[in-house]
Amino acid sequence: MGLAGLLARRNVIFMLMSVEVMLNAAGLAFVVAGSQWGQADGQVMFLFILTMAAAEVSVGLALILQLYHRHKSLDADAASEMKG
Amino acid sequence: MQLPFYIAGAVAIVATFLAITRLNAVHALLYLIVSLLSVALVFFCVGAPFVATLEVIVYAGAIMVLFVFVVMMMNLGPPAIEMERQLLTPGIWIGPAILSAILIVEMGYLFHRGVPPEGPMHVVGPKQVGVALFGPYLIGVELASILLMAGLVGAYHLSSGPGSQVETRDDIHADARRTAVGRDLVRDGVGRPAGTQERDLHADVR
Repeated sequence: MGLAGLLARRNVIFMLMSVEVMLNAAGLAFVVAGSQWGQADGQVMFLFILTMAAAEVSVGLALILQLYHRHKSLDADAASEMKG
Repeated sequence: MQLPFYIAGAVAIVATFLAITRLNAVHALLYLIVSLLSVALVFFCVGAPFVATLEVIVYAGAIMVLFVFVVMMMNLGPPAIEMERQLLTPGIWIGPAILSAILIVEMGYLFHRGVPPEGPMHVVGPKQVGVALFGPYLIGVELASILLMAGLVGAYHLSSGPGSQVETRDDIHADARRTAVGRDLVRDGVGRPAGTQERDLHADVR
């Protein structure tokens, strides 16, 4: 569902939200699997996913602010002028 | 333990679907917060109360506040005022409110019933998680701290890059623009007619 949102939307804020949904689904799968076998490893993995999501969101939102200041737009196609 | 799990899962799916199909970012954020809270309740149902608490505090508390800040910073000006007026209409918040009401009834039921009985799922408490976290996963904890440090430095570097310099250069002239149209930070052009002079607040700086 998050992947569908990521592919369907062209607004970078919605794309970042979809990435959050996908990370959350992966963490849910980890926790349910760890709870099924009674191990704590699944929850440890979820903590790592949580840490990574926090760092990713902070950097991503800073990038979004920069994009908005430069292009006055939130369209992902506006950032396609980057030539390698 | 089966029925609350399925109800919370259904609420999570509905809220996520509504979140990725909204056109307004603030509405999508409301549904996304409801989705995260329902996922936290799913965690509680499958016997992971520590992770459920962290989900509410970190995801729904910290990350969503970051999102709301950035969305509110994006659209400043007269369209934002009009949008905030529309935000207070009941058609906007009635959907997330209904989903949240389902969740809070379910949470009250779970807490009223007391300690969850042993079902097919095993309850893994915070103590086991802590022992595993600082036992075999100690290097992972250190790597996570390094990642958080890198995220902090990266976010600071990006927010103090050349783009914000443009903004501060604009802010020098913003005062002159506001006095030109008869608008200041408090009154939006209603206190005095446009064109009349007001005391230059930055006169001693220039």
